[in-house]
Amino acid sequence: MKLHNISFGNIKRRKAKMLFLVLGLVIGISTVVTLLSITESMTKNIEERLNQFGANIVMVPKTQNLSLNYGGIDVGGVNYKVREFDEKELENIYTIKNNKNLAIVAPKVLGPVKIKNKNVLLMGVVFEDELALKTWWQKTSGDYPIASDQVMLGARVASLLGFSVGNTIHMSEKPFTVSTVLKPTGGAEDDAVIAELSAAQQILGKQGKLSMVEISAFCQGCPISEMTLQIAEKFPDAKVTAMKQAVMSKMQSIDMFKSFSLGVSVIVILIGSLLVLITMMGSVNERTREIGIFRAIGFRRGHVMQIILLEAMLLGIIGGILGFGIGNAIAWGIIPFVMKDGVFAGINVNLGAISILMAVALSLLASLYPAFKASNMDPSEALRAL
Amino acid sequence: MTQVDHFIEIHDLKKTYQSGETQVDAIRHMNFFIGDEEFITIMGQSGSGKSTLLSIVGALNHPSRGRVIVDGMDLYDLSAEQRADFRSEYIGFIFQSFQLIPYLTVLENVKLPMAVTGYKKKIKNQMAFEVIRRVGLEAKAHRLPDQLSGGEQERVAIARAIVNKPPIILADEPTGNLDSKTAGEIMALLQSLNKEGHTIIVVTHNSDMAEYADRTIRVQDGRCFA
Repeated sequence: MKLHNISFGNIKRRKAKMLFLVLGLVIGISTVVTLLSITESMTKNIEERLNQFGANIVMVPKTQNLSLNYGGIDVGGVNYKVREFDEKELENIYTIKNNKNLAIVAPKVLGPVKIKNKNVLLMGVVFEDELALKTWWQKTSGDYPIASDQVMLGARVASLLGFSVGNTIHMSEKPFTVSTVLKPTGGAEDDAVIAELSAAQQILGKQGKLSMVEISAFCQGCPISEMTLQIAEKFPDAKVTAMKQAVMSKMQSIDMFKSFSLGVSVIVILIGSLLVLITMMGSVNERTREIGIFRAIGFRRGHVMQIILLEAMLLGIIGGILGFGIGNAIAWGIIPFVMKDGVFAGINVNLGAISILMAVALSLLASLYPAFKASNMDPSEALRAL
Repeated sequence: MTQVDHFIEIHDLKKTYQSGETQVDAIRHMNFFIGDEEFITIMGQSGSGKSTLLSIVGALNHPSRGRVIVDGMDLYDLSAEQRADFRSEYIGFIFQSFQLIPYLTVLENVKLPMAVTGYKKKIKNQMAFEVIRRVGLEAKAHRLPDQLSGGEQERVAIARAIVNKPPIILADEPTGNLDSKTAGEIMALLQSLNKEGHTIIVVTHNSDMAEYADRTIRVQDGRCFA
């Protein structure tokens, strides 16, 4: 016979009451778990979308002219006469406050080049950066170019000019090997010859110049708009635009939902704790006589407290496990309804451990006063009923 | 335990309860001694203060005035926790209407006082079975209290009171809920425990029980008459 036998025995005897107490914990914990799981799934979903989008900041030279291009249809014919900035200045980008959040900086130079007597868009890029940024690019065959005498072709350029992998093309009388042809993307690269940056600069006569810079600042909750301002400050001649505003605002709504979840969780947990407190208090009052007997046969105050808190701990563990399970089940069930294309982010083991710890802490905290009251019962008063 | 003539000493005892606006004198003035291994019955009408007296001797109830000295210890000079330890070591209570814990088996109820002692599990089981055998309930050790008769429950209560081998057994109306035959058996059991060395104090209003005791203290209106 140990004190925990008494706790177990009491839980077994007062099943209904103890179930009620566990219910208080389960409601609290499962609500928190459900809300956290939904937020986690939402964040994951948005992150995946962000990933597919590539660059989230674009830097181009400021121009006084308005765009004469809509939906890929160029009506002005002045597109290629763009202004440039100095390649050397680009290093300044790493001096912004949020420079740690700069994942990829992909400079490029753009200009027209004549191939087989046709005007073609030449795009000079740093291959490594560009390929890291444009994860949706797919090659048909061959390999992505690595040397400055290699190029890759957009799908339309290749078919219109009749080039394929391994052919040699001449730009400004210089030979370049076609190392691969891209699959159609629906983007501007379909119409472009993509060469190494310095080679393209040379062909276009734009040594040390850049036409635009695409920047990927990929991280959870990056302060994109702030970073846009920071970059604009460093490059007064550049127009810095944050892309995917819609996605970012979605991120903001997730943040709002997070705050809302937190608020709801706190309230539900408070209600749950109150339920535990009331049930434990009732249980202690019901057991006045029993506690009197314990004290009469030599139990110290601490022993009585141990019995009650041990019960609270056991119920906390049960409540935590059930709450975590039910919370995940609810999240799994309702995510498809609250989120388009939403997928349950999966069971988070850390959250499980935290749930159980939280349930135990709540249960203990809410039982502290009842346990204190029980242990301080005057044994003769408690036995008066005898 | 030291052998002294006055194993339990009650000096100048007074206990007043506050009942609303009025004060109730449960014990007005008492002085008496009980020797080691004595069998005492405390007789009196209900409300005479005898149950209060028992709880004060059992270190459960702080008197308004006076001293209770057991085995040389002034009980109410001790801290509450020391009194708890004293009860664990010195006192075996047999309560009115048995007061067994309903969700624990006979064996567990009997082992209850040992939950706060440092004995090993094996020793605890041995000691518990020994007293359960002593009260003749070995066949029902794993039953719950409500599966037992009144006499059997009383025996469990006695087994629980003696399992820690306390020098003093305090019994409050142990035969109050029993028929006269069973009551006689219980008193005989207490008598044999007394012969084994336990000091026994039984509170009762049944004068038939007095014949089992060495001595009877009569209590009336909060005063005692030896």
